[in-house]
Formats: sequence, C-alpha cells, structure tokens
Amino acid sequence: MTVKPLSKSDVMARVRQFVVDSFLFGQNGHTLGDDDSFLDLGIVDSTGVLELVGFLETQFGVSVANHELVPDNLDSMTKVTTFVSTKLQLDGGQTS
Amino acid sequence: MTQSSMETKSTLSASALQLDATREVERIAAAVTTAVFSTLKRRGAVIGLSGGIDSSVSAALCVRALGPDRVLGLLMPETDSAAESTRLGRLLGESMGIRTYLEDITPILEAAGCYRRRDEAIRAVMPEYGAGCRSKIVLPNAADHDGYSVFSVVVQFPDGRQTSTRLTRDAYLGVVAATNFKQRVRKMMEYYYADRHQYAVMGTPNRLEYDQGFFVKLGDGAADVKPIAHLYKTQVYQLAKYLGVPDEIRRRQPTTDTYSLPQSQDEFYFSLPYDKLDLCLYGVNHEVPAADVAAAIGLTVRQVTRVYRDIASKRRATTYLHMPPMLITD
Repeated sequence: MTVKPLSKSDVMARVRQFVVDSFLFGQNGHTLGDDDSFLDLGIVDSTGVLELVGFLETQFGVSVANHELVPDNLDSMTKVTTFVSTKLQLDGGQTS
Repeated sequence: MTQSSMETKSTLSASALQLDATREVERIAAAVTTAVFSTLKRRGAVIGLSGGIDSSVSAALCVRALGPDRVLGLLMPETDSAAESTRLGRLLGESMGIRTYLEDITPILEAAGCYRRRDEAIRAVMPEYGAGCRSKIVLPNAADHDGYSVFSVVVQFPDGRQTSTRLTRDAYLGVVAATNFKQRVRKMMEYYYADRHQYAVMGTPNRLEYDQGFFVKLGDGAADVKPIAHLYKTQVYQLAKYLGVPDEIRRRQPTTDTYSLPQSQDEFYFSLPYDKLDLCLYGVNHEVPAADVAAAIGLTVRQVTRVYRDIASKRRATTYLHMPPMLITD
C-alpha cells in the first residue's frame, strides 16, 4: 500500500476542519481567515487550547510542551499549521 | 467611593482604592434594607459562612441593615473543607450575634457522585491517583509568561510525594463539573433556609470574583442580593476592619476551600495576589496605562500588560455565567 506523505496543506485542512467543528460548531467556517486570531475572535479560551492541543497530539502524533502553549504557536490557522509542520519535520516526517 | 477616572488616567497608587468606610457601610446597609424588605419583601437574610473575609463582611453588613435577629448564618463543610472554615464561620456568627446552623453537605455530595466523578477525571491523566491521595488544580502565574493559562492537577500521595501534570480538556471539565456540585449544594441548602424563614439569600462575591467570573453559575453565583460585588477585595478588607470582623478572619489567606490540598485563590484562578490584581482591574476599568499600574505595584510593564490581557480573556470566557435564561421573543 502506498502511503502519501503529509503536506502542509493537509495539516491546514485538518486543523481548519477541527477548529470549525469544535469552536464554531460547524457554523460560518468560510468566514474564518487563515491568519485570523482565535483570541481576538473569542473562539478559543484556555479550555479550548487544551482541546486544540489534545487534537494536535492525537491527530499528528506530536508532543506539545507547556512552554509551547503560546499564541505565537496556536493563535491562528496559519500559526498552528506552521507549528505542527515544524514539529513534524523535527520528528523526521509523518505519514498519513 | 473611589477617585474618578478623570483623576487617575495618568497616575495610580494604592490609595485609589481607599474608601470612606463609614459612608460606604451606611450606603450598602440602606440598599440591603430596601432590597430585602421593600423590593424582595423578605423578612431577613440567609448567608453561607465560609470563615473567609467576603462572607464575613457580607454577614456583618446584613446585620447592620437588618439587625442580628434577621440574619441566619449557615456553616456547610464537606469532607475536603479545612477544619478552620467551620470554626471561623462560627466565630463570625458569635461575634455578630446571629444564629448559625451546621449542615455537613458530604452525604449529599457522595450521593451525587461528586468525589467519585472528580477522582475518575483525575485518574484519566494520573492513573496512580487513588485512596489517600489529595489533590488540587492550579494555574500558572499570568504575569510571568506569555502563554495561555492552562490548568494542571497537583496530587499528593499518601507518602507525601507530590507531582503535577497538565490536564486534558476532558479531565479539566470533569474535575470542575464534579467540584461545582459543592457550590450548588450549598446554594440549594441556603434556599431551603430562605424558603423556611421567608428570607432572602445573600451572595458574597467581591468585585474581582464577580468581574472575572470566579463563581459557579447557579452555585455561589446565585443570590437575591450581592452586597459587596461592587467592592475591590482591598476595599472588602477595609470594611472588615471597620465592621469589627475578628482579626483571625481578616488575617486568613483567601482560599477556595474546595480541593483536598490547600489551594490559594491566586493559584486556582486569579494568578496574582489580590492586592496587586485589584489595582490591575482598577487600571483596566479606568483606562490607566499599564506603566502606571506597574509602577504602583512593583511589576514590570510587560507583566501588567499580560495581566490586562488575562483580565480581558477571563471576561470573555465567563460572559455566559452572567447571562440570565434567554427567552424566545416575538
């Protein structure tokens, strides 16, 4: 069986789906821009961060340390995607 | 009560929260009298006494407003409560000359599965948690990092060893939902006494707690009157002294008294000692620059900026706690 390597756009698509389902309850996902701040929009609080981190850890097999729980890593679709993609490269790549 | 915002836009000091205790007590007492007798048409007030500063001052204000014979204090310990909470609650009752009743709420909490559900949630992130263990959940200090404030659980094993781990969303919600039974059972008991005597129920949040959503909806957040919700915690202490609240209660460190390990309010929710957070909240409310607040409380501008952000974040996250039931209108 051929395994297709995970791309950055795959990560973005999965993160977007998760954010729209979990924090927007499936509503108006098209209005959420890739660089929109989750904090500014008021859609992710500290409980939501825990949920997002749980998703990243189970979905992508990455480990997120406490010091990495900062808006620079997690406050937009683009930031989350960059954060995960960087981790996957450091981890030697990931397959889906 | 406090200096006007016009006066404090550019400078700030701890004196900004200084109030005229005599005038403020008279003002609150008059408002409580009107609320209980005229508006609510109740014959007195029920108040849960935790042995802490807020419930003590609220009770003392009710005594001023209604007289000691019309104030009823409830002591409602459970298995995780500190022994001194009941002792100090009783001391307050005696010093104010009011009736107090003791209601141990442990059996109700056991029947509701409060402890079992909480322990199951903790075991989800710490499987070795079991009999004889004590626990609490804690937040990092908001002033000292740029990150999100996420909860960890701290567990002390029977041999005294302590360890902590970050909570998952499910575990966090499980612990909080289970422990919220405590505040809701207490409120249920308060309303029993209120119904029994045709009294009103007093709520005891101070301004920090009320503003930042540090209460349980339909638990300690429920009440007919909230006599100190407009007062910063520093001001509550000022009134405590004026009202003759016993020294031992005024010296006691604020505690949640909710978890089996001792837990201060600033490690559970506020992330800063109350005296500093009071001025930060005042700063936010009066548009005082972070630099002025930083100079007044001995933090850096960066730290105060983080606290300002944390205050805004908590307001957003707890907005729904303040909302009444929503009706479908035409």
